[in-house]
Parts: sequence; structure tokens; C-alpha cells
Amino acid sequence: MLEKMIFGRYIPGTSFVHKLDPRSKLSFVFLFIIAVFLANNAVTYGILLGFTLLVIFSSRIRIYFLINGLKPIIFLIAFTFLMHIFFTKEGAIIVDWKFIKIYEEGLRQGIFISLRFLVLVLMTSILTLTTSPISITDGMEDLLNPFKRFKLPVHELALMMSISLRFIPTLMDETDKILKAQLARGSDISTGSIKQRIRAVIPLLVPLFVSAFKRAEDLAIAMEVRGYRGGEGRTRYRQLKWHWRDTVALALLGVLVAALVLLRG
Amino acid sequence: MDISLQQVGYSYGRNTPFEKRALQGVDGTIKTGSYTAIIGHTGSGKSTLLMHLNGLLKPSEGIVQIGDTQITAGTKAKELKAVRRHVGIVFQFPEHQLFEETVEKDIMFGPMNFGVSKEESRKRAHELIELLGLPPDTAQKSPFDLSGGQMRRVAIAGVLAFKPSVLVLDEPTAGLDPRGRKEIMELFSRLHAEENLTTVLVTHSMEDAARYADNIIVMHNGHSVMAGTPQNIFGDEETLASFGLGVPRSVKLQRVVEKMIGRPLPVLALTEEDLATALARAASEEGDANA
Amino acid sequence: MMKEVLSMDHVSFSYQSEEGVTEKAIDDISFAVQQGEWIAIVGHNGSGKSTLAKLMIGLLFPDEGEVNVFIQKLSEANLWAIRSRMGFVFQNPDNQFVGSTVQDDVAFALENNGVPFTDMVTRVHESLAQVNMSNFHDHEPHHLSGGQKQRVAIAGALALKPELLLMDEATSMLDPQGRDEVIRVVEELKTKTGLTVISITHDLEEALLADRIVVMNKGKLLTTGTPTQIFARGDELEAIGLDLPFAMKVSRLLRESGMELFGEHMTEEELVNGLWTSHFSK
Repeated sequence: MLEKMIFGRYIPGTSFVHKLDPRSKLSFVFLFIIAVFLANNAVTYGILLGFTLLVIFSSRIRIYFLINGLKPIIFLIAFTFLMHIFFTKEGAIIVDWKFIKIYEEGLRQGIFISLRFLVLVLMTSILTLTTSPISITDGMEDLLNPFKRFKLPVHELALMMSISLRFIPTLMDETDKILKAQLARGSDISTGSIKQRIRAVIPLLVPLFVSAFKRAEDLAIAMEVRGYRGGEGRTRYRQLKWHWRDTVALALLGVLVAALVLLRG
Repeated sequence: MDISLQQVGYSYGRNTPFEKRALQGVDGTIKTGSYTAIIGHTGSGKSTLLMHLNGLLKPSEGIVQIGDTQITAGTKAKELKAVRRHVGIVFQFPEHQLFEETVEKDIMFGPMNFGVSKEESRKRAHELIELLGLPPDTAQKSPFDLSGGQMRRVAIAGVLAFKPSVLVLDEPTAGLDPRGRKEIMELFSRLHAEENLTTVLVTHSMEDAARYADNIIVMHNGHSVMAGTPQNIFGDEETLASFGLGVPRSVKLQRVVEKMIGRPLPVLALTEEDLATALARAASEEGDANA
Repeated sequence: MMKEVLSMDHVSFSYQSEEGVTEKAIDDISFAVQQGEWIAIVGHNGSGKSTLAKLMIGLLFPDEGEVNVFIQKLSEANLWAIRSRMGFVFQNPDNQFVGSTVQDDVAFALENNGVPFTDMVTRVHESLAQVNMSNFHDHEPHHLSGGQKQRVAIAGALALKPELLLMDEATSMLDPQGRDEVIRVVEELKTKTGLTVISITHDLEEALLADRIVVMNKGKLLTTGTPTQIFARGDELEAIGLDLPFAMKVSRLLRESGMELFGEHMTEEELVNGLWTSHFSK
């Protein structure tokens, strides 16, 4: 189940979207999220959907793979759709069958809200699917840099995030190993009452914490002796480079916003 | 308890873009009372195979037969727990599984999970503390206050405590110093003999495989590629080399000596003691011939 | 003219235990390391060798005596300057890998020391080439073997062009293949660049490669000398829980079985030669 989820996963590639600078991608998605709320009629929603498909196409991520991976979220979208259809009671009645009454406005709203939800999820998935977590961190650090003036510890936050990302696979492996070791000692997490199950997690959590703290301690020592003293006077190995394609991407978004403003009802 | 593997295959992350095959068509037999070593490189599938020996993983294809229980892709979780009682695994760096407040409680965890009474479990914990050469006052100490070597022993005791009839060891001496390594290996050797255990040792050390095992399975790229006695396996240096594996140092040295004296020694020297005996004999024969 | 890189001068150190009782982890240790030397510090677990490592890199400071690095007494004041001239490789390959990819990790110490970007790129490339990891620039740590991770750690140390490389049990968690990879890299560095190496280990086979060995036992310095001198005292080494090199073990077994053999045999080659001259060459 979890293996099939693609939300938050990164798939390496060399498409136009993959090659974009994380800063342009992050600002692109951020602005897109705002732009989505400009749409309010069939034409503008159509444009939004078309635009999203264009982005998916240029990322060369297979639609089938996207849909398959987003199944749980699509379920949520369907649920939203149904909620609107049954609970909005405005406009003309278009379906009247036994106790089911569907109003025109409900259908309209249901479609629009679901579409809004869908393009938002698709666009953010494309961001994470085409950008490695560490690039996202780099992009964020750079974009947030101006906020340093307001005492926001931007460098520290970014380092924290990159180290967490670096250790996620390590700790996942570790969890799996400890789980297997306890299972081998007859521990049982999948059966019994809730109370029993919660107690069964302790043999997993305690060793995991012990090991995580040990790792943190080792890592702190390794960082210290390798000369880490905070962000002051540090140079950066990971350099971000703005290309013409980043300008193009943002210009396209500008066109989208203009179209939405002109064509909204 | 005999364990047999028939055409066992296993893939991680099945039916996802991240699927990775770890085992393919693995066959093998581990006879009751045998001391079997599984050797192979990191990534050869040894560790995946090991988790099939007590149902921690179910084969994607094929059959794992453990005593009377057959494990296939469709076996229910409930049946697996019963198997785990009979097959104990000591994982690599087993001290990472310790979690209780006291050593005694940690050792009791396994047997109590398998339905052994509290009193009996406690009794076993104390016996094992003594058997593993830990100081008696260890029982009430926190496992996290012990030295690395002592923690390892406590963790091993935690597996021995539910009296498995098959003991699977995954690199049990990794990270220990030479004395610790030797003590632990001798301990398992003694247990194997005294408790009539069936022992499976997963190891990188050709020396340990040669010294302790009577049966060897060689893994390579997820396949079982060789099986036999240490004499057979380590006598076939060429085939082993094709899987990127070497022979024990004693055999290596034996070959050098044989080249020098221009004749083979009568037996394969699996340990340095074997080698010394063979060399001493060869030298005295040489002396007799020259006398 | 020999140049001293590091020295310990009557150093003692005790950990404060919970009950307030202090036990000496390091007891009156003195020795010096000269430029270009490869020193192995050996001892079983708990012999004090890890504490010694912590004293050398200023994670701990001695209760008595002085630790001098690059002819300066190591202190809070010069700690950072001194550390920037040393490279470190620790025991656990995972817990010292800071970067999210191989090249990021190698660059970490460079970033910390404010090396300009263009220099960093060349240094990262050169260092990875030195440890034979050139094809792994973009690999993530969880896709590397233990031996590869340790080689990246060495590259990370080399990138700073250190005058001293300190390895604390760097091979003890590796499989034999990984261990060989790491040792081969260090040997190569030593012959090519004349780097000064201090290697803390419990593996006597590894120590055999060093120019000089310092043997630790119960916090005390038991003896120091060339591998030949040290291994001449095989019984003492065995008594403190160290494992003799393979050839020595066989040679001792042979002598025990009443065979005449002359001299000590530390390597297999020496043993074979010894056997040949004493017994088979007639």
C-alpha cells in the first residue's frame, strides 16, 4: 500500500520540468496555488486543467503512474464532489429520482471544487516528483534568505531539513531491522486489543530512540570536528543556477494568470 | 528440525516501480543437528534468505519447509508465530534490540511472548546470565549501562531464552574485538554440541565457516550456487573465485607451501591447527626421506 | 630533520562516573608521532584507545599532561584552527555522513572552512579520485556499501589537504571486502603523498602495515615499537586479548608441535621462507 503511494516521492529524470531551478519551481507552484482561486467559470477551469496537463506532459511522468499513485487522494476528491452534489440546494433541479434531488448549482460547484482540488494535488505532486528533496531544501533556503533579517534561522532550518532527509532511509531500515528482531522474539504488533498493541510498540520505539540519539551524538561530533560552526563564514557547495528556462516557466505562469483574470466571469 | 528450501524466490516492493529481486530459485537443505554456514558477498541475498528461515519473510515463489510447517506466499501470519518459537535468529548487532529496564526483563521478553510462565522465564534468564559468563549482578542492571560485549551477550541470551531448536546467527561477531569474537564463536560451538541445536551461521568469514560448519551454502546474486561440506567447497577454489569469494587463509597458505615443496598435502587444512599439523607431518616425512 | 606532528606528554584522563568515583581511562601516556609516519594504536575494546582519540581531537581535554598537535598545546583557543589541519574518519560509516550525496559530504568540511566554490569543485573531484570513488559523485549514502561510505569519509578528510589523518576504528564495522578497500586506499595515500596517519584499531593484521605500533592496555601504554619489535612479544599481546597475525599463529603452532623454526614470522611470505630454509630445502 505505502509502496504504491507516490505523494512526496522523487523520480529522477531529465525533462524540462526536472531541469528547472528549484526556486523557480517553488515560486511557480506557490503562485499557481493562488492563481487557481481566480478561476470561477467553465472557461477558466478549462484553462487551468489544460495548463496542468501541459505541465504533466513536459515532466514526462506517466499519467497512469500519477493516477495510480494518487488513488487515495482521488477517493477524497470524489467524496468532496458527492458532498457538493447532495448538499447544495440552489438553481434548477436537474435530477429528481425518488429521494435524490440534484441541483444545477450543486453539480457546477461539485465539478469546480473537485477540479480545483485535482489541479492543486497534481501540481504539487509534479513538484515533488521532479525535484529531489534536497533541491527543494536548497530552493527554500534561498527563497527564504530575505527573512534572515527578521531573525528567522534560515540556514539552520535548511540544514535540519537536509539532515532529516538524509537520515530518513537510514532510520527506516533501522525500524525494519528492529521490528524483525522483535518479531523473531515472538513480539506481535498486528493482533490483540488496542492496549496490547500499544504496549507491543514499546519494544520497537525504545531501541529506535536509543539508536537515533546515538546517531545524533555521533553526527554532532563528526560535524564539529569537521569544522561546522553554524552558518557564519560558510561557503556553499550546492549552487543554484537560474536558466532561461526558468524565466520561460514563470512567463508562462504570467500568461496563465492574465488569461484567468481576463476570462473569469 | 529439518529446514528445506525449494525454488524460493523473493522480491522487495512487488508490483511497484521500485521492485527489486533479492532471491531466485534458491534450493537448499539444513538437516537437524547440522551446523550450516551461508556464505556470500554483501548483496548476495544471504540476509534475505535468513529471514525466510523463521517466516519473517514469506517467499514470493517456492516453498520453505520448516519441520512440519510449509511456508508459501499464501501462509497466514498466525502460523508464522508458531514457527518463530522453534527458529531463533540472532541478528547482526543484536544489542540494538534491547529495550527493557533490566537485563532480566529483556531476556524474559521472548519466552513470555511465546507463553512461557513468568517464573520459568525468570529462571531461564538467570541460567543464561551465568551460561554466557555475565556477572550475576547483571540481572538487575539496565542493559544500556553494560559494555558493548556484554550487551551483545544479553541480546543473545534473549534469543536462547525461548529455547529454539534451530539457532540462526547473522554475523554474530561483527564489531567485536578479536577476543570477544573468539569467545562468542566458541560459545555457539559449545551450545551447538551441548544443546543439540541446529545452527545456521551467516558469515563473511571463510575462516569461521571452515572452522565451525559441517555444511556450507554459497549465495551469489540471489541464487544458491554451491552447497556441500567445507572440504568440498573450499577444495574448489576456482568456482569460489568465480563468485568473488576466497578460501580460508589456512588453505591459501597450504597452496603456497604445496607449490614450494612440489607436492600436495594429504588433507585440506581448514584451520591453522590443521595446517600446522599437516606441515609438521610433511616436514618430518621430508626429514625421514633425507635421513 | 624529523618534524613532530602530534605528541602526548604524560597525559592522564578520568571519566566522572555516576557514583562520583573516578577511574583512570588514560594513565600517564606519552608518545610522539613524526611527520610521514603511520602509527597504529592497538588495544582491545575498553583499553582506552577511543578516549585517546577523543583527546587528540579536543573532544576531551586531559586532567594531567599535555596534548600537542602541530607543536602547539591543544586548547579551546586553537581547537578550530588545529582541527582544520586534520582529517578524521570514525567508526560508524552512517553516522558521519552529513551530506545528502557523496559530493555534498566531501564538500562539507570545505564549506565550513569557507573555501570558495570553484576551489571546492576541483578539490571534491580530486579527493574522490584519490579514494577511487570518482563514479559516485551523485550517489546517496543509503545506496553505498560500508566500505564505500568510509572511503567517502576519507575523501572528505583529504579535501581539506590535512597534515594528519586520524582513523578511529574506521574498519571495525565493515565486511572483509570493505575493510580491504579502505586499507588499500590508506596504503596508497601513504606511499603517494606521505600523509601522516594515526590509525586506532584492534586488528593486528592492519597494524602490521604501520611504521610503528603503540599498544594500549587498561589505559596504560604497554609498549611501543616497530611491528617486528611488537610482535616479538606475541605472548603478551595474546594475554591482553589481541589476535596475532595469521602467519604468527601458524608459526607458533608449529613450534608447539616440536618443529624447529628460526625467528618470528609476521607475514605468510616470511613463514614460507622460514619453512623452506629449515626443512624442505635439503
